Amino acid sequence: MLGKLTLEDGSQFEGTSFGANKSIAGEVVFSTGMVGYPESLTDSSYLGQILILTYPLIGSYGVPDKKYWESYGIKISGLIVSNYIDTPSHFQSKQTLSAWLKSEKIPALEITDTRFLTQKIRTKGTLLGKIVLKDDVKFYDPNKENLVAKVSTQKIIVQGPPAGGGKKTVLLFDCGAKGNIAKCLLKRGIRVMTVPWDFDPFSSVIPNSFRDPGSNEMLKQVQHDKIDGIVISNGPGDPKMADKTIQTIKKVLQRRIPTLGVCLGNQILALAAGGDTRKLKFGHRSQNQPCIMESSKKCFITTQNHGFEVYKIPKDFKSWFTNANDGSNEGIIHNKLPIMSVQFHPEANPGPNDTEWVFDYFLERL
Amino acid sequence: MRKIKKVLVLGSGALKIGEAGEFDYSGSQAIKSLKEEGVKTVLVNPNIATVQTSKFLADTVYFLPVDAFFVEKIIAKEKPDGILLSFGGQTALNCGIELHKKGILKKHGVKILGTPISGIILTEDRSKFAKHLQKIGLPIPPSNSATTIEGALKIAQTIGYPVMARAGFALGGQGSGVAYHKKELKKIVRRALSFVPQILIEKYLHHYKEIEYEVVRDKYDNCITVCNMENMDPLGIHTGESIVVAPSQTLNNFEYQTLRNAAIKIARSLNIIGECNVQFALNPKFEYRNSKQYQNSNDRNSKRFEHSDFENSNLFRASDLGFRDFPIEYYVIEVNARLSRSSALASKATGYPLAYVAAKLALGKNLIDIKNKVTQITQSCFEPSLDYIVVKIPRWDIEKFKGADEKIGSSMKSVGEVMSIGRTFEEAYQKAIRMLDLDFEGATDKVMLKNGKSIIHELKEPTPKRMFAISQALRENLSVEEIYQHSGIDPWFLHRIKNIVDEERTERSEGARLRARRDRRGKSNILSKQRLLRLKQLGFSDRKIGDMLGVTGLDIRKLRKKFDILPYVFQIDTLAGEFPAKTNYLYLTYNGFHHDVMPLKKRGVIVLGSGPYRIGSSVEFDWTSVNTAISLKEYDRKSIIINCNPETVSTDYDISDRLYFEELTFERIADIYEFENPEGIIVSVGGQTPNNRAKSLKAQGFNVLGTDPEDIDRAENRSKFGKLLDKLNISQPAWEKVTTLKQAIAFCSRVSYPVLIRPSFVLSGTLMRVCHNKDDLTHIIKQTAIVSKDYPLTISKFIEDAKEIELDAVAQNGIVIVNVISEHIENAGVHSGDATIVLPPQKVYVDTQRKIEEIGRKIALALHVSGPLNIQFLAKEKEVQVIEVNLRASRTFPFISKVTGLDFIKLSVDSFFRKNQNIYSSTESRAKSRESLEVNNVTMKQFNNLNFVAVKAPQFSFARLTGADPILHVEMASTGEVACFGEDLEEAFLKAELAVGGKIPRKGIFISLGGEENKIKFLESAMSLAKLNLPIFATEKTAKFLRHHGIHSKHLYKIQEKKSPNVLEYFQKGKVDLAINLVETKFQKDESDHYTIRRAAIDHNIPLFTNRQKAELFVKAIVEKDINNLPIKSWEEYV
Repeated sequence: MLGKLTLEDGSQFEGTSFGANKSIAGEVVFSTGMVGYPESLTDSSYLGQILILTYPLIGSYGVPDKKYWESYGIKISGLIVSNYIDTPSHFQSKQTLSAWLKSEKIPALEITDTRFLTQKIRTKGTLLGKIVLKDDVKFYDPNKENLVAKVSTQKIIVQGPPAGGGKKTVLLFDCGAKGNIAKCLLKRGIRVMTVPWDFDPFSSVIPNSFRDPGSNEMLKQVQHDKIDGIVISNGPGDPKMADKTIQTIKKVLQRRIPTLGVCLGNQILALAAGGDTRKLKFGHRSQNQPCIMESSKKCFITTQNHGFEVYKIPKDFKSWFTNANDGSNEGIIHNKLPIMSVQFHPEANPGPNDTEWVFDYFLERL
Repeated sequence: MRKIKKVLVLGSGALKIGEAGEFDYSGSQAIKSLKEEGVKTVLVNPNIATVQTSKFLADTVYFLPVDAFFVEKIIAKEKPDGILLSFGGQTALNCGIELHKKGILKKHGVKILGTPISGIILTEDRSKFAKHLQKIGLPIPPSNSATTIEGALKIAQTIGYPVMARAGFALGGQGSGVAYHKKELKKIVRRALSFVPQILIEKYLHHYKEIEYEVVRDKYDNCITVCNMENMDPLGIHTGESIVVAPSQTLNNFEYQTLRNAAIKIARSLNIIGECNVQFALNPKFEYRNSKQYQNSNDRNSKRFEHSDFENSNLFRASDLGFRDFPIEYYVIEVNARLSRSSALASKATGYPLAYVAAKLALGKNLIDIKNKVTQITQSCFEPSLDYIVVKIPRWDIEKFKGADEKIGSSMKSVGEVMSIGRTFEEAYQKAIRMLDLDFEGATDKVMLKNGKSIIHELKEPTPKRMFAISQALRENLSVEEIYQHSGIDPWFLHRIKNIVDEERTERSEGARLRARRDRRGKSNILSKQRLLRLKQLGFSDRKIGDMLGVTGLDIRKLRKKFDILPYVFQIDTLAGEFPAKTNYLYLTYNGFHHDVMPLKKRGVIVLGSGPYRIGSSVEFDWTSVNTAISLKEYDRKSIIINCNPETVSTDYDISDRLYFEELTFERIADIYEFENPEGIIVSVGGQTPNNRAKSLKAQGFNVLGTDPEDIDRAENRSKFGKLLDKLNISQPAWEKVTTLKQAIAFCSRVSYPVLIRPSFVLSGTLMRVCHNKDDLTHIIKQTAIVSKDYPLTISKFIEDAKEIELDAVAQNGIVIVNVISEHIENAGVHSGDATIVLPPQKVYVDTQRKIEEIGRKIALALHVSGPLNIQFLAKEKEVQVIEVNLRASRTFPFISKVTGLDFIKLSVDSFFRKNQNIYSSTESRAKSRESLEVNNVTMKQFNNLNFVAVKAPQFSFARLTGADPILHVEMASTGEVACFGEDLEEAFLKAELAVGGKIPRKGIFISLGGEENKIKFLESAMSLAKLNLPIFATEKTAKFLRHHGIHSKHLYKIQEKKSPNVLEYFQKGKVDLAINLVETKFQKDESDHYTIRRAAIDHNIPLFTNRQKAELFVKAIVEKDINNLPIKSWEEYV
């Protein structure tokens, strides 16, 4: 079956459908990572976006069991690839990519010249677009919505060693966290309490998003436990939409609790501390972004997935990392306190995990 | 630290199997990179055909052997500050290690740049390296090393068969192999231990995936992997023999990153500064139930990359986020702490200039300070992202070697490779198959597989034809799973190939249906636009599609144009389009709908490169292509190179103005020509492949620069050429084109035997043979050739004891503007590519030289030659005959250019463009022709005054080709060449022989002279040899003959006599380090005896001479010259 990708500039591209038979609108972005499509597709930061993968052959190793995904399901709105491979070969493959997309009701098109689409976005900046398969739909700008609220957890999840066993406790603000963030903490023996984006540990008001009846108990526990550190996760959309998280982090800063922000977390921390963010022309979505650590000779290859950047570094903070390609900010660190954040993904998945040490660096300072 | 101002770069010497053109690429980039930093470079490399030994690259060049003896002398003379060891393959590395171990580098204060020597030495010692990997927690296959056969057998017993035997310190896995039982292992180990002191016996990982990573690291510990690659062939087939794709296709993120991490960990542990290559074996079907066995077999050294602590902890299980790491089982197989064939491939596959960057890092630079040469915006500390797939296929020429085993496996036999780029696997794979230049149209060609063997056998025991065994098996309806079980090729690849087979099947049945109706609908309606596009997107050639539908390729081309189905030009930009790139690195694809670049139009000139290296066409044609591109700059033309060989310098990003990494097929050249619409196309500098395209390109209306394709045809077409020579009154050996055996016999009895038989349009003499009598002729024709009207056979009189002489020239509008004569050491009967060539000629009469030049002028005029010209002559008793004319640059062009100091390529390019100027400006043309004359005068003067001698010697790779007979004959067998300079013939020859692996005998000399003539003629040399006071060993008759003439020798029994003392026994014990085996070609009686001796010499790494003239010269050289007193002079001191 044929479908169409329509961009807001009026251009249209026909392609063969290999996903769900449904139309969808969103923001069209591209990612240049060559491996890890199951991880990317389940990355909540992609919410509301139609993803173009620049690597042309996609589907080659099928889709593994759910436990290997980065969240409970596909988060992208639609998928565009050049050459869909329907004959996967991998001992862990449970289904084809097409079957997965269909079961999760995500449309997908095979459009040969994904390079052309990429160049268009690179030149014009991120565009709104829609995949039209049946009925036409209206353009939709996901950045005008609070996407974080849509992907954040609705209950508190406690993992890791029990409280009081001498292990540190970290509160993870889930703004659309990739599963591997919690895992990177757990691997290091940390007790992780994953909380909703709008949760305020310093207030007794239960946030709206709490729908779990057991949450009150959890909440009490969280408030009772000593929190050694805060991690603000990655997530989709404009950081300014996550106003409640920003407010909470302001309190965190006042209390000087060690904090680590990841991706959207970098932007939220910057905003909470008085810095500012803005939209990038077409964002960074790849697994090969070089980031230079400030006043060092060290450069790290990082995974990235973001459309916004920190352009004003807050007072009392300094730049920690800078993108070697375009000079954009890749992380900030407090001049004195163990409060820091990175724009890239130290938890990787997909992509290189060369910066996983950031977790160690942070945890050593709890 | 002292500032590095002058650096010694070690090259890799002659091209050989396992060490080929890739090191010209890496050395050239390194030199370029150093020069940019203001560092003076001194290069040691006897390979005169390389680009790196050009004036525009290294500051000083030594055409001397890359071994510690010579390099020490060069160091003493040049006093460099630093040395680069990792850009000249294993040869340079081994030489560097020796220099280090002997304390030479320390003595002269030469710093090893880049990776510390300790790291290099560690990777070269298999058992120490295995321990090192264990120490850093990386898994290795259970193994142990042995220095004796008994030891090896014992280890194998412990590990259990099958086992893989690997030889340390060896090029391209020489002497390695898989053994399924004791007897096989014994054989492999015995052979390997004759080359190397130690062998590693390890668990054979049957049908594991083989994955490679290219790692770059700087001294600040910035570390990246530039590329990963997946072998389509399973482990057990050497990566140089495998079809390889980049990036990996069947690895998920976890596998990709786990192996990447391991590769980086290794690079860090070795303190790599520059580049290294890591190869892994990956279990394609890891299952938990296997994990116990896996752990046991691996002791505690293996590390399962699972976080079992968490897996077992209740807490983790209780969590909602039950994420778990993927299971994986892998082993580190090999590490090369230097640039390698794989790094050349990775460089071309990604556009990342690995060698260039590695050289900068060796000087201590930081990765973040090196700009990305491709984008010009970003920098080099990143990992390229590809938006295409790359397929590499090796090129073999095994059938050219009599007796060689066709099976491919763990040691290298291929002589070259091609790389293709596409946006579907099918597109890239079919392109690559065509690039091999073996007249294949694609993956589904029906190729004659081994007689009488089943398709399953073909899948189990791979040969160079396995691509076609796969498609044949699919046509025979074997399932993907079955083919996988037999071949170990991952189903992913098989499914893609099945897609090709299925599409063709559909089209053929459709074609048959349509053909029935064609009368009504006409040729243009045989295929819908959509179907045709689909076939092109899957990489089918026009000709193949035409074949499916019963029309010609040109018909399909017309149809394509009518439908506007044209390939699109895409850039390789290292970042998958994320940043605008200024790159000129291009490929064509049907999987797109836009061009990345605009055509160059009339400013452009297309230069056709050589395609894959093979026997008969090698790095020399890369030198000619590169020099042509550079020379075009002088005429303000933009060079557009088309080539598909990743080992070349011509496919480097900064050689041409535009590089199409593409097929050299007519279809693709025409596509590019029509897109670019250039001024013209040069077909005469890339060897025979481009030359063969001349006619069809002209027929398409393209402007072929230089000699007219009609005239090229008059030189290549045997009948036309014969007539031309007759008309010009130039003598040629009697010849005839016959279509029946009867005619052949009649011709031969008329001209008398011996005769030379061959088909027309050959490059290096496929099926060329000398027949000495009627039986011989009948046998060969019946056995190996089809003689019919469609396949006529050319027979010519073979002239014995004739000298072979070559004339290389450049002409302009039929007037020779410069020429040079060179002489072969071996008499006619040895292919010119295998001959030892001397310049200036030493034993050619002035009269003969005059005659040769005269004939050259006549032929150039008659064929209106503009550009390069090469003529091969036979000379006997002052009589001169022409045997072959090539209206293209010959393989001796780099040699003669570098020896005479006159760039024959530049002169050729001059001839192309001055011709045009003649038309426009008569004054200028007059001035130009005066200039040409001056060039001519300069040349003549120079040749008369050459106060040195240069010798070009062939490099053979017989050791790699199990079973191949190392005797020289009319078919070319050498894989490379060197050239050295000297004050006289003997000095130059001795240096050249040492540079291709020759040794001055110190232990004992074995002589076996077949026939009376050889005995008598070699006697004088044998007497000289006796003066060396080395033990002489000889076979029965030879010993008797020598004794009769007062030369004492020890009689050894022939191998097949199975008596002691036996030749084999003495070879095995290392008592012989020079073997001379001369046979009478006429008599085949002793053939198998002689063959086994020759083969044993090769298998025991004993220098072997089988040609009398060459053996005589060698004896003279070692008797007259003292190696310690050979002058050490650079190129500029001679020329």
